[in-house]
Amino acid sequence: MSVRVRVPTPLRRFTAGSEEVAAAGESIKSVIEDLERHHPGMRERLLDDKGEVRRFVNIYLNGDDIRFLDQLNSRVKDGDDISIVPAIAGGR
Amino acid sequence: MATIFQSSLRSPADASENPVPAARVTSALDLIGNTPLLEITKVTAGLLRPGVRILAKLEGFNPGGSVKDRPALSMIRAGLERGELRPGKVIIDSTSGNTGIALALVGAVMGYPVELVMAANVSRERKKTIEAFGAKPIFSDPLESSDGAIRVCRKIIAENPDRYFKPDQYNNEANARAHFETTGPEIWRQTHGQVTHFLAGIGTGGTVMGTGRYLKSRNRSIKVIAVEPDDALHGLEGLKHMATSIVPGIYHENELDDKIPIGTEDAYEMVYALGQVEGILVGQSSGAALLAAIKVARGLKEGCVVTIFPDFGDKYLSTNLWIGWQAWARERLPQLLKKWNP
Repeated sequence: MSVRVRVPTPLRRFTAGSEEVAAAGESIKSVIEDLERHHPGMRERLLDDKGEVRRFVNIYLNGDDIRFLDQLNSRVKDGDDISIVPAIAGGR
Repeated sequence: MATIFQSSLRSPADASENPVPAARVTSALDLIGNTPLLEITKVTAGLLRPGVRILAKLEGFNPGGSVKDRPALSMIRAGLERGELRPGKVIIDSTSGNTGIALALVGAVMGYPVELVMAANVSRERKKTIEAFGAKPIFSDPLESSDGAIRVCRKIIAENPDRYFKPDQYNNEANARAHFETTGPEIWRQTHGQVTHFLAGIGTGGTVMGTGRYLKSRNRSIKVIAVEPDDALHGLEGLKHMATSIVPGIYHENELDDKIPIGTEDAYEMVYALGQVEGILVGQSSGAALLAAIKVARGLKEGCVVTIFPDFGDKYLSTNLWIGWQAWARERLPQLLKKWNP
Protein backbone atom coordinates (compact mmCIF):
# COMPACT_ATOMS: atom_id res chain seq x y z
CA MET A 1 0.00 0.00 0.00
CA SER A 2 1.33 3.44 -0.88
CA VAL A 3 0.16 6.45 1.09
CA ARG A 4 0.97 10.16 1.14
CA VAL A 5 2.34 11.60 4.38
CA ARG A 6 2.21 15.34 5.08
CA VAL A 7 5.23 16.36 7.16
CA PRO A 8 5.22 19.35 9.56
CA THR A 9 7.99 21.96 9.39
CA PRO A 10 9.89 20.66 12.46
CA LEU A 11 10.32 17.23 10.80
CA ARG A 12 11.22 18.40 7.32
CA ARG A 13 14.90 18.24 8.17
CA PHE A 14 14.47 14.47 7.88
CA THR A 15 12.77 14.69 4.47
CA ALA A 16 15.24 17.04 2.77
CA GLY A 17 12.68 19.82 3.16
CA SER A 18 9.79 17.97 1.51
CA GLU A 19 6.31 18.80 2.79
CA GLU A 20 4.93 15.51 1.56
CA VAL A 21 6.53 12.10 1.13
CA ALA A 22 5.29 8.71 -0.05
CA ALA A 23 5.42 5.75 2.30
CA ALA A 24 4.30 2.13 2.30
CA GLY A 25 2.55 -0.01 4.91
CA GLU A 26 -0.60 -1.82 6.00
CA SER A 27 -1.09 0.18 9.19
CA ILE A 28 0.02 3.50 10.68
CA LYS A 29 2.65 1.59 12.63
CA SER A 30 4.18 0.01 9.51
CA VAL A 31 3.99 3.34 7.67
CA ILE A 32 6.07 4.88 10.49
CA GLU A 33 8.59 2.03 10.18
CA ASP A 34 8.80 2.72 6.45
CA LEU A 35 9.29 6.43 7.12
CA GLU A 36 12.13 5.54 9.50
CA ARG A 37 13.80 3.40 6.82
CA HIS A 38 13.80 6.22 4.29
CA HIS A 39 14.08 9.18 6.67
CA PRO A 40 16.06 8.02 9.73
CA GLY A 41 15.17 9.91 12.92
CA MET A 42 11.43 10.16 12.25
CA ARG A 43 10.33 7.25 14.45
CA GLU A 44 12.01 8.59 17.58
CA ARG A 45 10.28 11.94 17.07
CA LEU A 46 6.86 10.33 16.63
CA LEU A 47 6.94 7.43 19.10
CA ASP A 48 8.02 7.25 22.75
CA ASP A 49 10.13 4.58 24.50
CA LYS A 50 7.10 2.32 24.78
CA GLY A 51 6.44 2.61 21.06
CA GLU A 52 3.33 4.73 21.54
CA VAL A 53 2.57 7.98 19.75
CA ARG A 54 4.11 10.85 21.68
CA ARG A 55 1.53 12.89 23.55
CA PHE A 56 2.30 16.07 21.67
CA VAL A 57 2.03 14.47 18.23
CA ASN A 58 -1.27 14.08 16.42
CA ILE A 59 -1.53 11.75 13.44
CA TYR A 60 -4.52 12.07 11.14
CA LEU A 61 -5.64 9.38 8.70
CA ASN A 62 -7.79 10.94 5.98
CA GLY A 63 -8.58 13.73 8.43
CA ASP A 64 -9.41 11.51 11.42
CA ASP A 65 -7.23 11.51 14.56
CA ILE A 66 -5.88 7.96 14.92
CA ARG A 67 -6.44 8.20 18.71
CA PHE A 68 -10.13 7.92 17.84
CA LEU A 69 -9.55 5.09 15.35
CA ASP A 70 -7.41 2.04 16.17
CA GLN A 71 -4.35 4.07 17.20
CA LEU A 72 -1.14 2.74 15.60
CA ASN A 73 -2.99 -0.35 14.40
CA SER A 74 -5.33 1.74 12.27
CA ARG A 75 -5.41 0.12 8.83
CA VAL A 76 -4.40 2.12 5.79
CA LYS A 77 -5.23 1.55 2.16
CA ASP A 78 -3.74 2.63 -1.13
CA GLY A 79 -3.91 6.38 -1.70
CA ASP A 80 -4.72 7.31 1.90
CA ASP A 81 -3.61 10.69 3.24
CA ILE A 82 -1.73 10.82 6.52
CA SER A 83 -0.90 14.09 8.27
CA ILE A 84 1.53 14.51 11.16
CA VAL A 85 0.55 17.61 13.12
CA PRO A 86 2.34 18.95 16.21
CA ALA A 87 -0.21 19.34 19.00
CA ILE A 88 0.85 22.91 19.61
CA ALA A 89 1.77 25.88 17.56
CA GLY A 90 5.08 26.99 19.11
CA GLY A 91 5.98 30.65 19.58
CA ARG A 92 3.89 32.90 21.72
CA MET B 1 4.40 23.16 51.86
CA ALA B 2 4.26 25.82 49.19
CA THR B 3 4.34 29.36 50.48
CA ILE B 4 3.68 32.65 48.80
CA PHE B 5 7.04 34.36 49.12
CA GLN B 6 7.24 37.68 50.87
CA SER B 7 4.05 39.24 49.71
CA SER B 8 1.09 38.79 47.47
CA LEU B 9 0.43 42.50 47.49
CA ARG B 10 -0.84 43.76 44.20
CA SER B 11 -0.58 47.28 42.89
CA PRO B 12 -0.80 49.16 39.59
CA ALA B 13 1.73 48.24 36.98
CA ASP B 14 4.34 50.96 37.43
CA ALA B 15 6.37 48.68 39.71
CA SER B 16 7.19 51.45 42.13
CA GLU B 17 9.68 50.75 44.88
CA ASN B 18 6.98 50.72 47.55
CA PRO B 19 3.94 48.94 46.18
CA VAL B 20 0.61 49.21 47.89
CA PRO B 21 -2.26 46.79 47.51
CA ALA B 22 -4.57 47.70 44.67
CA ALA B 23 -7.79 47.56 46.61
CA ARG B 24 -9.69 49.20 43.81
CA VAL B 25 -8.75 50.13 40.26
CA THR B 26 -10.65 51.75 37.42
CA SER B 27 -9.19 49.72 34.54
CA ALA B 28 -8.22 46.10 34.06
CA LEU B 29 -4.93 47.45 32.70
CA ASP B 30 -4.09 48.69 36.21
CA LEU B 31 -4.07 45.05 37.35
CA ILE B 32 -1.18 44.11 35.04
CA GLY B 33 2.01 43.20 36.88
CA ASN B 34 2.93 42.91 40.55
CA THR B 35 2.32 39.18 40.50
CA PRO B 36 3.26 37.06 43.54
CA LEU B 37 6.19 34.68 43.97
CA LEU B 38 5.46 31.14 45.12
CA GLU B 39 8.22 29.17 46.82
CA ILE B 40 8.23 25.62 45.45
CA THR B 41 9.01 23.23 48.28
CA LYS B 42 7.28 19.89 47.84
CA VAL B 43 8.22 18.63 44.38
CA THR B 44 11.79 19.58 45.27
CA ALA B 45 11.77 17.56 48.50
CA GLY B 46 15.19 16.02 49.13
CA LEU B 47 16.66 17.51 45.96
CA LEU B 48 18.07 20.82 47.20
CA ARG B 49 20.58 21.85 49.83
CA PRO B 50 19.09 23.80 52.77
CA GLY B 51 20.34 27.17 51.54
CA VAL B 52 18.77 26.85 48.11
CA ARG B 53 15.31 28.10 47.26
CA ILE B 54 13.25 28.05 44.08
CA LEU B 55 10.65 30.77 43.59
CA ALA B 56 8.12 30.90 40.79
CA LYS B 57 6.55 34.14 39.64
CA LEU B 58 2.90 33.42 39.00
CA GLU B 59 2.09 35.37 35.88
CA GLY B 60 -1.31 33.75 35.62
CA PHE B 61 -2.48 36.42 38.07
CA ASN B 62 -2.38 39.04 35.34
CA PRO B 63 -5.89 40.02 34.17
CA GLY B 64 -5.42 38.41 30.73
CA GLY B 65 -4.15 35.29 32.50
CA SER B 66 -0.51 35.39 31.40
CA VAL B 67 2.86 37.13 31.41
CA LYS B 68 1.99 38.48 27.96
CA ASP B 69 -0.19 41.26 29.39
CA ARG B 70 3.03 43.11 30.22
CA PRO B 71 4.54 43.32 26.71
CA ALA B 72 1.13 43.78 25.07
CA LEU B 73 0.45 46.90 27.14
CA SER B 74 4.01 48.15 26.66
CA MET B 75 4.00 47.67 22.87
CA ILE B 76 0.59 49.32 22.40
CA ARG B 77 1.59 52.29 24.55
CA ALA B 78 4.82 52.65 22.57
CA GLY B 79 2.83 52.53 19.30
CA LEU B 80 0.53 55.31 20.54
CA GLU B 81 3.47 57.42 21.67
CA ARG B 82 5.18 57.09 18.29
CA GLY B 83 1.95 57.81 16.41
CA GLU B 84 2.06 54.41 14.68
CA LEU B 85 -1.22 53.45 16.33
CA ARG B 86 -4.03 55.97 16.05
CA PRO B 87 -7.83 55.96 15.71
CA GLY B 88 -9.00 54.08 12.61
CA LYS B 89 -6.16 51.56 12.70
CA VAL B 90 -6.43 47.87 13.48
CA ILE B 91 -3.97 46.05 15.78
CA ILE B 92 -2.74 42.85 14.10
CA ASP B 93 -0.12 40.27 15.05
CA SER B 94 0.76 36.62 14.77
CA THR B 95 0.42 34.77 18.05
CA SER B 96 -0.31 31.27 19.24
CA GLY B 97 -2.42 32.50 22.10
CA ASN B 98 -1.30 34.34 25.20
CA THR B 99 -0.07 37.43 23.37
CA GLY B 100 -3.25 37.36 21.36
CA ILE B 101 -5.36 37.26 24.49
CA ALA B 102 -3.31 40.11 25.96
CA LEU B 103 -3.55 42.26 22.83
CA ALA B 104 -7.28 41.56 22.64
CA LEU B 105 -7.69 42.61 26.28
CA VAL B 106 -5.68 45.82 25.87
CA GLY B 107 -7.40 46.59 22.55
CA ALA B 108 -10.81 46.13 24.18
CA VAL B 109 -9.98 48.53 27.01
CA MET B 110 -8.43 51.13 24.70
CA GLY B 111 -11.11 50.83 22.00
CA TYR B 112 -8.99 49.47 19.13
CA PRO B 113 -10.06 46.52 16.92
CA VAL B 114 -7.68 43.53 17.04
CA GLU B 115 -7.02 40.79 14.45
CA LEU B 116 -4.82 37.82 15.35
CA VAL B 117 -3.18 35.25 13.08
CA MET B 118 -2.59 31.88 14.71
CA ALA B 119 -1.96 28.31 13.66
CA ALA B 120 -5.29 26.49 13.53
CA ASN B 121 -4.15 23.96 16.16
CA VAL B 122 -3.90 26.37 19.11
CA SER B 123 -6.13 25.34 21.98
CA ARG B 124 -9.86 25.90 21.68
CA GLU B 125 -9.98 27.84 24.92
CA ARG B 126 -7.52 30.38 23.53
CA LYS B 127 -9.50 30.93 20.35
CA LYS B 128 -12.68 31.42 22.39
CA THR B 129 -11.04 33.77 24.86
CA ILE B 130 -9.71 35.94 22.04
CA GLU B 131 -13.19 36.16 20.56
CA ALA B 132 -14.67 36.94 23.97
CA PHE B 133 -12.44 40.02 24.13
CA GLY B 134 -13.84 41.11 20.76
CA ALA B 135 -10.83 40.24 18.60
CA LYS B 136 -10.96 38.44 15.22
CA PRO B 137 -8.92 35.22 14.84
CA ILE B 138 -7.36 34.34 11.46
CA PHE B 139 -6.06 30.79 11.13
CA SER B 140 -2.88 29.62 9.39
CA ASP B 141 -1.73 26.11 8.40
CA PRO B 142 -1.16 24.02 11.54
CA LEU B 143 1.62 22.09 9.79
CA GLU B 144 3.68 25.25 9.56
CA SER B 145 3.53 26.09 13.24
CA SER B 146 4.05 29.65 14.48
CA ASP B 147 6.41 30.47 11.62
CA GLY B 148 3.49 29.90 9.25
CA ALA B 149 1.39 32.39 11.24
CA ILE B 150 4.19 34.96 10.98
CA ARG B 151 4.24 34.59 7.19
CA VAL B 152 0.43 34.87 6.83
CA CYS B 153 0.42 37.97 9.02
CA ARG B 154 3.12 39.61 6.87
CA LYS B 155 1.06 38.89 3.73
CA ILE B 156 -2.13 40.44 5.16
CA ILE B 157 -0.27 43.61 6.14
CA ALA B 158 1.53 43.81 2.77
CA GLU B 159 -1.85 43.82 1.01
CA ASN B 160 -3.13 46.76 3.09
CA PRO B 161 -0.23 48.36 4.95
CA ASP B 162 -1.97 51.57 6.07
CA ARG B 163 -4.79 49.72 7.79
CA TYR B 164 -2.71 47.96 10.41
CA PHE B 165 -0.52 48.52 13.44
CA LYS B 166 1.60 45.45 14.13
CA PRO B 167 3.13 45.35 17.61
CA ASP B 168 5.49 42.63 16.28
CA GLN B 169 6.37 41.04 19.58
CA TYR B 170 9.32 39.20 18.03
CA ASN B 171 11.11 42.39 16.98
CA ASN B 172 9.69 45.13 19.22
CA GLU B 173 12.07 46.28 21.94
CA ALA B 174 9.03 47.49 23.93
CA ASN B 175 8.40 43.78 24.55
CA ALA B 176 11.69 43.25 26.41
CA ARG B 177 11.42 46.73 27.92
CA ALA B 178 8.15 45.78 29.65
CA HIS B 179 10.11 43.20 31.59
CA PHE B 180 13.04 45.54 32.21
CA GLU B 181 10.62 48.05 33.70
CA THR B 182 8.25 45.75 35.61
CA THR B 183 9.15 42.03 35.92
CA GLY B 184 12.79 42.65 36.77
CA PRO B 185 12.20 45.33 39.44
CA GLU B 186 9.42 43.23 40.99
CA ILE B 187 11.69 40.20 41.35
CA TRP B 188 14.50 42.33 42.75
CA ARG B 189 12.13 43.86 45.30
CA GLN B 190 10.31 40.63 46.17
CA THR B 191 13.58 38.80 46.87
CA HIS B 192 15.17 41.80 48.64
CA GLY B 193 17.93 41.67 46.05
CA GLN B 194 18.82 38.10 47.01
CA VAL B 195 18.03 36.54 43.63
CA THR B 196 21.08 34.68 42.28
CA HIS B 197 19.67 32.95 39.20
CA PHE B 198 16.85 33.88 36.84
CA LEU B 199 15.34 31.44 34.34
CA ALA B 200 12.63 31.92 31.76
CA GLY B 201 11.38 30.03 28.73
CA ILE B 202 12.04 31.56 25.32
CA GLY B 203 9.16 32.27 22.98
CA THR B 204 10.04 35.73 21.74
CA GLY B 205 12.86 36.05 24.26
CA GLY B 206 11.27 39.21 25.71
CA THR B 207 10.94 37.92 29.27
CA VAL B 208 14.43 36.50 29.64
CA MET B 209 16.08 39.44 27.87
CA GLY B 210 14.29 42.31 29.63
CA THR B 211 14.17 40.78 33.10
CA GLY B 212 17.72 39.50 32.79
CA ARG B 213 19.03 42.91 31.75
CA TYR B 214 17.40 44.59 34.72
CA LEU B 215 18.65 42.04 37.22
CA LYS B 216 22.18 42.20 35.85
CA SER B 217 22.02 46.01 36.08
CA ARG B 218 21.43 45.59 39.80
CA ASN B 219 23.91 42.76 40.34
CA ARG B 220 26.19 41.61 37.53
CA SER B 221 26.76 38.23 39.12
CA ILE B 222 23.12 37.14 38.72
CA LYS B 223 22.97 34.29 36.20
CA VAL B 224 20.37 34.60 33.45
CA ILE B 225 19.34 31.33 31.85
CA ALA B 226 16.93 30.52 29.04
CA VAL B 227 14.75 27.41 28.86
CA GLU B 228 13.86 25.88 25.51
CA PRO B 229 12.35 22.67 24.07
CA ASP B 230 14.90 19.91 23.46
CA ASP B 231 13.79 19.35 19.88
CA ALA B 232 12.22 21.15 16.95
CA LEU B 233 9.17 18.89 17.28
CA HIS B 234 7.86 19.51 20.77
CA GLY B 235 4.71 20.09 22.77
CA LEU B 236 5.71 23.04 24.91
CA GLU B 237 3.18 25.61 23.76
CA GLY B 238 4.63 29.10 23.87
CA LEU B 239 8.25 28.04 23.65
CA LYS B 240 10.56 28.05 20.63
CA HIS B 241 13.41 25.73 19.72
CA MET B 242 15.74 28.50 18.62
CA ALA B 243 18.13 26.48 16.48
CA THR B 244 15.33 25.55 14.08
CA SER B 245 13.09 28.64 14.30
CA ILE B 246 13.02 32.15 12.89
CA VAL B 247 15.14 33.86 15.56
CA PRO B 248 13.33 36.90 17.02
CA GLY B 249 15.09 40.23 16.56
CA ILE B 250 14.86 41.00 20.28
CA TYR B 251 16.57 37.72 21.24
CA HIS B 252 20.29 38.09 21.88
CA GLU B 253 21.76 34.81 22.98
CA ASN B 254 25.11 36.39 23.84
CA GLU B 255 23.47 38.07 26.85
CA LEU B 256 22.56 34.71 28.37
CA ASP B 257 24.72 32.74 30.77
CA ASP B 258 23.22 29.43 29.72
CA LYS B 259 20.38 27.71 27.88
CA ILE B 260 18.73 24.56 29.16
CA PRO B 261 16.83 22.12 26.91
CA ILE B 262 13.77 20.38 28.38
CA GLY B 263 11.85 17.38 27.05
CA THR B 264 8.13 17.77 26.49
CA GLU B 265 7.02 14.67 28.37
CA ASP B 266 9.14 15.59 31.41
CA ALA B 267 7.57 19.05 31.46
CA TYR B 268 4.07 17.58 31.21
CA GLU B 269 4.73 15.33 34.21
CA MET B 270 5.97 18.30 36.22
CA VAL B 271 2.68 20.04 35.47
CA TYR B 272 0.83 17.03 36.88
CA ALA B 273 3.08 17.05 39.95
CA LEU B 274 2.54 20.75 40.62
CA GLY B 275 -1.19 20.22 40.67
CA GLN B 276 -1.00 17.22 42.98
CA VAL B 277 1.20 18.61 45.75
CA GLU B 278 1.79 22.32 45.32
CA GLY B 279 -1.89 22.97 44.61
CA ILE B 280 -1.18 24.96 41.50
CA LEU B 281 -2.40 24.18 37.98
CA VAL B 282 -0.14 25.67 35.33
CA GLY B 283 0.62 25.39 31.62
CA GLN B 284 3.35 23.22 30.13
CA SER B 285 5.86 26.06 29.81
CA SER B 286 5.76 26.40 33.62
CA GLY B 287 6.55 22.71 33.98
CA ALA B 288 9.56 23.20 31.70
CA ALA B 289 10.66 26.29 33.64
CA LEU B 290 10.54 24.48 36.96
CA LEU B 291 12.44 21.45 35.65
CA ALA B 292 15.20 23.74 34.42
CA ALA B 293 15.19 25.65 37.71
CA ILE B 294 15.61 22.37 39.61
CA LYS B 295 18.52 21.38 37.35
CA VAL B 296 20.25 24.66 38.15
CA ALA B 297 19.35 24.66 41.85
CA ARG B 298 20.66 21.11 42.40
CA GLY B 299 24.14 22.30 41.51
CA LEU B 300 24.13 25.10 44.10
CA LYS B 301 25.29 25.18 47.71
CA GLU B 302 23.15 28.22 48.30
CA GLY B 303 21.11 30.47 46.10
CA CYS B 304 17.78 32.01 45.25
CA VAL B 305 16.57 30.73 41.90
CA VAL B 306 13.66 32.61 40.39
CA THR B 307 11.69 31.44 37.40
CA ILE B 308 8.58 32.49 35.54
CA PHE B 309 5.36 30.49 35.44
CA PRO B 310 3.90 32.20 32.36
CA ASP B 311 0.27 31.21 32.91
CA PHE B 312 -2.19 28.93 34.68
CA GLY B 313 -3.33 25.62 33.24
CA ASP B 314 -7.04 26.04 32.77
CA LYS B 315 -6.70 26.94 29.12
CA TYR B 316 -4.90 23.66 28.36
CA LEU B 317 -7.35 21.20 29.86
CA SER B 318 -8.63 20.14 26.43
CA THR B 319 -5.15 19.82 24.91
CA ASN B 320 -2.67 16.96 24.49
CA LEU B 321 -1.02 18.05 27.76
CA TRP B 322 -3.44 15.78 29.61
CA ILE B 323 -3.30 12.75 27.29
CA GLY B 324 -0.74 10.88 29.42
CA TRP B 325 -2.19 11.96 32.71
CA GLN B 326 -4.05 8.81 33.70
CA ALA B 327 -1.11 6.48 33.10
CA TRP B 328 1.15 8.80 35.11
CA ALA B 329 -1.34 8.97 37.97
CA ARG B 330 -1.60 5.18 38.02
CA GLU B 331 2.07 4.25 37.58
CA ARG B 332 4.09 7.12 39.06
CA LEU B 333 1.96 9.16 41.42
CA PRO B 334 1.65 6.72 44.36
CA GLN B 335 5.42 6.46 44.88
CA LEU B 336 5.91 10.19 44.34
CA LEU B 337 3.28 11.02 46.95
CA LYS B 338 5.22 8.95 49.49
CA LYS B 339 8.24 11.13 48.80
CA TRP B 340 6.33 14.41 48.80
CA ASN B 341 4.07 13.64 51.78
CA PRO B 342 6.23 11.31 53.94
